[in-house]
Amino acid sequence: MICQECNQRPAALHFTKIINGEKTEVHLCEKCAQEKGDMFIFNGESGFSFNNLLAGLLNFDPAFQQPTESPFQQAEILQCHHCSMTFPQFLKVGRFGCSYCYETFKEQLKPVLRRLHGGNWTHNGKIPKRIGGGIYLRKQIDELKSSLKESIIHEEFEKAATIRDEIRQLEKKLAAGHEGGE
Amino acid sequence: MSLERFLNQAVSSWMSEEGPESDIVLSSRIRLARNLDAYKFPTLFSHEEAKQVINELEGILETSSLRNFGHIELLKIDEMQPLQKRVLVEKHLISPQLAEDSPYGAVLLSENEEVSIMINEEDHIRIQCLFPGLQLKEALDAANEIDDWLERHLQYAFDEKYGYLTSCPTNVGTGLRASVMMHLPGLILTQQINRIIPAINQLGFVVRGIYGEGSEALGNIFQISNQITLGKSEEDMCRDLMGVVSQLISQERSAREALRKTSNIQLEDRVFRSLGVLTNSRIIETKEAAKCLSDVRLGIDMGYINYVSKNILNELMILTQPGFLQQYAGGPLRPHERDIRRAALIRERFIMESKNIGEE
Repeated sequence: MICQECNQRPAALHFTKIINGEKTEVHLCEKCAQEKGDMFIFNGESGFSFNNLLAGLLNFDPAFQQPTESPFQQAEILQCHHCSMTFPQFLKVGRFGCSYCYETFKEQLKPVLRRLHGGNWTHNGKIPKRIGGGIYLRKQIDELKSSLKESIIHEEFEKAATIRDEIRQLEKKLAAGHEGGE
Repeated sequence: MSLERFLNQAVSSWMSEEGPESDIVLSSRIRLARNLDAYKFPTLFSHEEAKQVINELEGILETSSLRNFGHIELLKIDEMQPLQKRVLVEKHLISPQLAEDSPYGAVLLSENEEVSIMINEEDHIRIQCLFPGLQLKEALDAANEIDDWLERHLQYAFDEKYGYLTSCPTNVGTGLRASVMMHLPGLILTQQINRIIPAINQLGFVVRGIYGEGSEALGNIFQISNQITLGKSEEDMCRDLMGVVSQLISQERSAREALRKTSNIQLEDRVFRSLGVLTNSRIIETKEAAKCLSDVRLGIDMGYINYVSKNILNELMILTQPGFLQQYAGGPLRPHERDIRRAALIRERFIMESKNIGEE
């Protein structure tokens, strides 16, 4: 195979680009690949901002195309009651207006988050200590419960008993915290 | 002002100190995005709200202090000179977006410039910790400490399911961006980088040039950072990034060894030619300077040059940027004048090196 750039040297590098599901095969000799090398790594990125990509992602989702297909049935445009941002506005700028938008657009958001975050759509990290006290405890309890199940499956009953006690303690703490806090 | 004094003022700790693996890793950075529940996000908020956000943070600074980080200063974007802002951008302490498009923005800076907290950029608060060498864990600990300190006084926008709520859905969850800046000349010279970058992308990491999104890999310096912010814990995200980075470190080391074995004299020649250019040229552009600095740094790391200190690359890569040159010159310069100034600054910096050797 001959290099498609210079049509002289034999092609040494072969790769497949897939853009929006469209496949293109590229065959280059080493020299041309080197010349184009920078382009392949960087120029592709420089024109591309995360924002554009995001808007593309959102619009691409079938769930969002429904309203445009039947504009008359979908007379109501989703709007955040707190900051008045509408869903079409969000699609355009790719940024939310306020923290309440997450609640307002939650139905539309789930598939988007999954796509943006490698299939994930729930938080698994840090929890603010002060405002998240209850959440923090509940999360700990959930984690303990799953390790309790595991130790029962593995017939480690002594370990299971300690975990059970820990869960009870945390549940007490959670209940006490709620009474005290509210 | 003498260059030495200018350097003392201009150089942040991550540029001058050495950290673990600093032959390849220049710096490690952690950024946490946070928002306040009571105000609209910066995309939509009013001038009044923006001011209140700044006031809340100012209030915290006045009443409570953050141990271990020294004095923290608040700088408002609208009170800064364009050149000052540019210098902070070049030092990676604030983002171009904060400098250019955030009229109500501000930044909290720690004395050693390890910590910078951007206010009213894309999110209300962005905590950033920048450490020399490979110190992601340390940077994360520091960022968490600052986060806890702020959270004691502020009502964060947090959701049980989605985590920390951010202006852009790409940051929601942990709000964490962990990134590592690496010098990878070996992988470039052996042309392995073109293979490696797509592989890293597939693992959910982004590879960029030294000045962030869309910037070129000036001086063979790359930034590698996580893409996903939701679903994994902060520690796991950092650990995953560490995994990729240590792979890259060992690949880079073996590339350097391979180069030494197969083309020792060519490499030595390249290094000393670049040293020659840096120490003798009278006009030099950013790109050429970056290339030569990368070569010289490689030469230092591989033992060809032993009388120049290692941090010269980190330092001069930043100090030869347009903003810094103009600050050193004390006023605006045209591009052609900058190239002359840049060459002069580099020559002078190398002369300082040889003087230091003489004194020792």
